[in-house]
Amino acid sequence: MKRVHVDHAEGRSKSLAPDGPAPEREAQPRGARIRGNRPVDHAEAAERFLAASDHVSFHDKRLWDLREKRDRESHGIAEWEELRGLASGIKEHALTRLDDYLELFEKNAAANGIVVHWARDGAEHNRIITDILRAHQATLLVKSKSMLTEECGLRPHLEELGIAVIETDLGERIQQLDNEDPSHVVVPAVHKLRSDVAEVFARTLGTDPDNDDPAYLTEQQRRSNRPLILDAKVGLTGANFLVAETGAIVVCTNEGNADLCASVPSVHIVSAGIEKIIPRAEDLGVFVRLLSRSALGSPITQYTSHFRGPRAGGEMHVVLVDNGRTARLGMAEFWTSLKCIRCGACMNTCPVYRRSGGLSYGATYAGPIGLIIDPTYNRHKYSLLPFASTLNGSCTAVCPVKINIHEQILSWRRVMAENHEPKLRKRLSMQGAAALLSRPAAYRAAVDAGNAVLPHIPRFVLYNPVNAWGKGRDVPVVPGQSFHAWYKANRK
Amino acid sequence: MSARADILAAIRSNRPPGATDLPDIPVFTAGADTDLVAEFSRRLIQMGGKLMQSGPEGHPWQSARNMVAEAGVVCSMVPELPGNRTLVDAVPASLQDIDLAVLRACFAVAETGSIALRATDLGVNAVGYLAQRLLILLDPADIVENLHRAYERPEFHEGHYIVLQTGPSATADIEGVLIHGAQGVRALTVLLQAG
Amino acid sequence: MRIGLFVPCFIDMFYRDVGIATLELLEKLGHAVEYPAQQTCCGQPMGNSGFTAECAPVERLFERNFGGFDAIVCPSASCVHHVRHKSGIARGVADRTYELVEFLHDVVGPGALPPASFPHRATLHNSCTALRSLDHESVPELNVPFFSKPRALLAHVAGLELVDTERADECCGFGGTFSVTEEAVSARMGQDKVSRQEKSGAAFVVSADMSCLMHQAGCAARQGVGLRYVHIAQVLNG
Repeated sequence: MKRVHVDHAEGRSKSLAPDGPAPEREAQPRGARIRGNRPVDHAEAAERFLAASDHVSFHDKRLWDLREKRDRESHGIAEWEELRGLASGIKEHALTRLDDYLELFEKNAAANGIVVHWARDGAEHNRIITDILRAHQATLLVKSKSMLTEECGLRPHLEELGIAVIETDLGERIQQLDNEDPSHVVVPAVHKLRSDVAEVFARTLGTDPDNDDPAYLTEQQRRSNRPLILDAKVGLTGANFLVAETGAIVVCTNEGNADLCASVPSVHIVSAGIEKIIPRAEDLGVFVRLLSRSALGSPITQYTSHFRGPRAGGEMHVVLVDNGRTARLGMAEFWTSLKCIRCGACMNTCPVYRRSGGLSYGATYAGPIGLIIDPTYNRHKYSLLPFASTLNGSCTAVCPVKINIHEQILSWRRVMAENHEPKLRKRLSMQGAAALLSRPAAYRAAVDAGNAVLPHIPRFVLYNPVNAWGKGRDVPVVPGQSFHAWYKANRK
Repeated sequence: MSARADILAAIRSNRPPGATDLPDIPVFTAGADTDLVAEFSRRLIQMGGKLMQSGPEGHPWQSARNMVAEAGVVCSMVPELPGNRTLVDAVPASLQDIDLAVLRACFAVAETGSIALRATDLGVNAVGYLAQRLLILLDPADIVENLHRAYERPEFHEGHYIVLQTGPSATADIEGVLIHGAQGVRALTVLLQAG
Repeated sequence: MRIGLFVPCFIDMFYRDVGIATLELLEKLGHAVEYPAQQTCCGQPMGNSGFTAECAPVERLFERNFGGFDAIVCPSASCVHHVRHKSGIARGVADRTYELVEFLHDVVGPGALPPASFPHRATLHNSCTALRSLDHESVPELNVPFFSKPRALLAHVAGLELVDTERADECCGFGGTFSVTEEAVSARMGQDKVSRQEKSGAAFVVSADMSCLMHQAGCAARQGVGLRYVHIAQVLNG
């Protein structure tokens, strides 16, 4: 199969070959170390990712390239900012009337022959899926990408029951075969170099270990998956949007694998978070124009599929899942994070994410959106995540639904401080800082004694003062005189 | 209480204060004199699709007939271009060996280079994904300007399935290298031809 | 105007000349400028780490020091953003607090600046706060018409040649306490920023935020890159 050179959004990119002498030799850095419920240490995982110079250099360039393409598309639409405003307004309205729209969706979907289920949490979702599979004596499930099913832990649950689950999205399949979580909501294996993929496929699919050509590897996955898709009785997809007015679900992919999962087996299950609801079919005009441009800098995904009912002789189920969303709805500072359409633009633009990789966050959702969603699932375990940010605000500026992400990150820091999260206290002794900064004479004495190692952050504030700063930077030279002393001598 | 009742109750008790109105979507248009065929063609090609030129003067179907003749197993929903395998009552998995599927698009979108196919246009939904290649007939008069115009159409309120396909199947999941024919069709060709 | 000069702690400690340049510039424009000797900090280090309760005594001190002025001017975008948009400092005082570039552009006007000369090739660094929270320039991610307050001010400086740095709007990685809690990422971001600045061909990096420049200068020194880092006040006062 030829690799075709086209002026596709992706194809317009410059060659992204990784730097470094022998890229195929560098071992893939692994993600954050998870130790029970202990706070996930993003900084530690980031340091290891940064040590893998070929991986981090490629990862950074690839995602910045997506940001640039996104800019090109967004600057090509005069009404781009108006579309963002509309998308935000439609989602906020829908969320404030979520009950009405869900009931409307259920009514319309059911009228078209869709069986609608409701699940309070991941366990209930998994049980419902299992029951449908058992009812059809299915021991195989083919599925397309769904972050919700990652939240619910669907795959491990089914595999424990002896039901084989096949990821059909190429990136998800790579990750499944490597026994690793996806690292990005749109490009799940973006942290891997082709040599890593070749190694995984050689080990699990029996491909040629010396052939790391992406075209070859992609073709191998196509051939390996096709018979499984043809054999399956049940296919599962996620949903990008649920349309209340028509009872339809909308799925956007580039590979067409969601359609394969939905149209080949006779049973189609849709797993969807309740926040995916939008009121009208015409709202899709706004969202579909924003989604792929934000995610990949491409005007639309290759496949935008709208399902309103089962095929003749088939079955269609939709499982509406809460799993913490209603709780988040009640959080005054954080409920607007439910507007998220999972485009990944915030991840692409985040300079921290680009240099640390999605797996360094140790949670289902990574990057800026992860920082504000993950603490709702486990505040203690993710208490350090809101500090994996410089609060630069680029995420907020690219978000198609105008979530004020960087402001919510700061709000989470306040929550963590108020709740005395211990790991945080260890690293920053802010109470001491405040005492000194509110007493002019004591502050002046500290400054004059040269007792400061960082501008902006006096030594006493830090748990690990000099060593951390000085690892990668030179410490600034203390001049002979402070401004305060100069003013006193020259102006008073 | 059922999960449904629990979830709806939780939504009601957690409803954010200050209900907001559902915004009206304004009419976005680049103007009446946009060349929709040119815009559609440009985007189709940018997204990896191909544009077939109508056959030689006086024989508009010739190029399409050639493509069908050169293909192996062909199924068709277009009477002027018959295939050699029927789609009627076909079980989806049986379509795995289809080389070329010939379909007529319901409409198309200039903004994105997309063609729309309903379940009735596909015959069997799976053919749009299992066939190796697609040949799509499109009446140029059926090209709408943008996605807003598309979503105003009645097709999104009828039937059980409609897809906007934009070029062939694609992925760039491995090192960002663009590949066509990831899982779905390897090539999608459009022939502009009135119905 | 009676202007209260707010000199952030790190400029006080490390960059005396930036404070002097700011003072002299405002004096040349005919304002009565005073530096309250009892000032310390705006509270940003605590505030940005989520310790809002700890900010209170620092904020009361700020109000006592600066309550009596027509305007408070400060050569630091991040501090002013904190005072105006995030702190609990009394609205009356906070709303009169200006960052230097916005004061010179919006209140004084670029055409009214004293003549200055800086015959060098330089590149402009807009801190993320200046860019996305204080309207120094049009936010690059947004589809909005271009404008730039620092460039409008620098356009009047004789001999100055401004060149662009690639990925100009990418954060340099300082981020306050981030620079030590996520040291590896912060240092790498700084190194990348410095490398791109070097590639631009500039001899100087100019910014309205000394905290960023301190981080970048530290990285440049470690990398052996000979760029010089100056505050915009020093260029406009020259």
